[in-house]
Amino acid sequence: MEFQSCVKIINEWDIVAARQLGRNVAKELGFGTVDQARITTAISELARNIYLYAGQGSVCIEKLNEDGKSGLKIIAEDQGPGIEDIRRVMEDGYTTSGGLGAGLPGAKRLMDEFDIESIPGEGTTIVAMKWLR
Amino acid sequence: MNQLVYDFIKQNQDYILNEWMNIMKESTDERLIKVVSDRMFTQTSSEFIEMIIANVDSKNKEFTLKLSDFAEKVVQLGWPLTFVNEGLHKFTLIVINGMVEKGLVTPDNQVNLVNHLDKWATPINNEIVNIYTQTWERTVSMQRMALQELSAPLIPVLEGITVMPLIGTIDTERAKQIMENLLTGVVKHRSEVVLIDITGVPVVDTMVAHHIIQAAEAVRLVGAKCILCGIRPEIAQTIVNLGINLNEVITKNTLKKGIEVALELTSRKIVEVEG
Repeated sequence: MEFQSCVKIINEWDIVAARQLGRNVAKELGFGTVDQARITTAISELARNIYLYAGQGSVCIEKLNEDGKSGLKIIAEDQGPGIEDIRRVMEDGYTTSGGLGAGLPGAKRLMDEFDIESIPGEGTTIVAMKWLR
Repeated sequence: MNQLVYDFIKQNQDYILNEWMNIMKESTDERLIKVVSDRMFTQTSSEFIEMIIANVDSKNKEFTLKLSDFAEKVVQLGWPLTFVNEGLHKFTLIVINGMVEKGLVTPDNQVNLVNHLDKWATPINNEIVNIYTQTWERTVSMQRMALQELSAPLIPVLEGITVMPLIGTIDTERAKQIMENLLTGVVKHRSEVVLIDITGVPVVDTMVAHHIIQAAEAVRLVGAKCILCGIRPEIAQTIVNLGINLNEVITKNTLKKGIEVALELTSRKIVEVEG
């Protein structure tokens, strides 16, 4: 863990700050424009979920370096209400806020690895990674 | 002001100023030195100290005026608030230390003197913080207004064809404005086709897409057609990855192509004139 920086998500503009951070790190790591867009969009989805459902939380961006591969890791964490049924929120079209219901499954498709942990009443942590090819 | 302190400051004005500038130069971080030139630093510093010293005998109202002038200047120069605060703190320290050196402080009047200086410095401190915050608040509200002004204009380009260019991040507030401007504008300009251009939108996530879909649907309800243009290749890929269905909306990659389609939809075309 050589590099990590975080953005607190409290209001809607923090979502912009979070994805700006993500875009800068992705650029530094040498991701192409398409992957930069994928990463920023994924951050946008995760940060928006924090803002919408948990009220507040944080998004951290980490540079990865494993076995000669480099990549980027997003950690989105909140102490919100948590997710009752994780399988359901990963289904396309499932929404509790009247949106498109594509946020979480979409973010998963945008990234290479995606892991979600949630305890109802305690909070949610989502870790997503993208490797540089 | 206590007579003892007052006399000391008056008599040692130059000494205090020099001492203060030396200390401040040492303790300031490099960030500030970079922003401010040496001459500027010296000039503003002496102004600051002179102002503080002037407060020793000038009336309160006059001083507040001077102080707010000074604070505004310093804000424009980009001096951090911590620096100004630190400066005031250092000033009182120099005065106390100088008085100790001169043997003016005795165990009897020590507590009294410190209390006195503190009582004198606190209102100045508060005033500085106050002015700084006011300036920031003003800047923020001005920027918010400026942002709202460039939010979502609807531009009629040809009979029956209007364009809404979107630039920058779309949040809930802007999405609402886009919808409102779009619908009132379509009715006002009697548009048949509306082009929404998202070339300047940095990120299209599910929320932005959702708002666009809703806007297109609402435009359809008032009897016009909606064309979405300015979809960059990387945005197209993220939309596919997200699994967003934009089938209901006509999409084009440039505004130029969008206008061509709009002309087609209104049974017109652009013809070159010979000669």
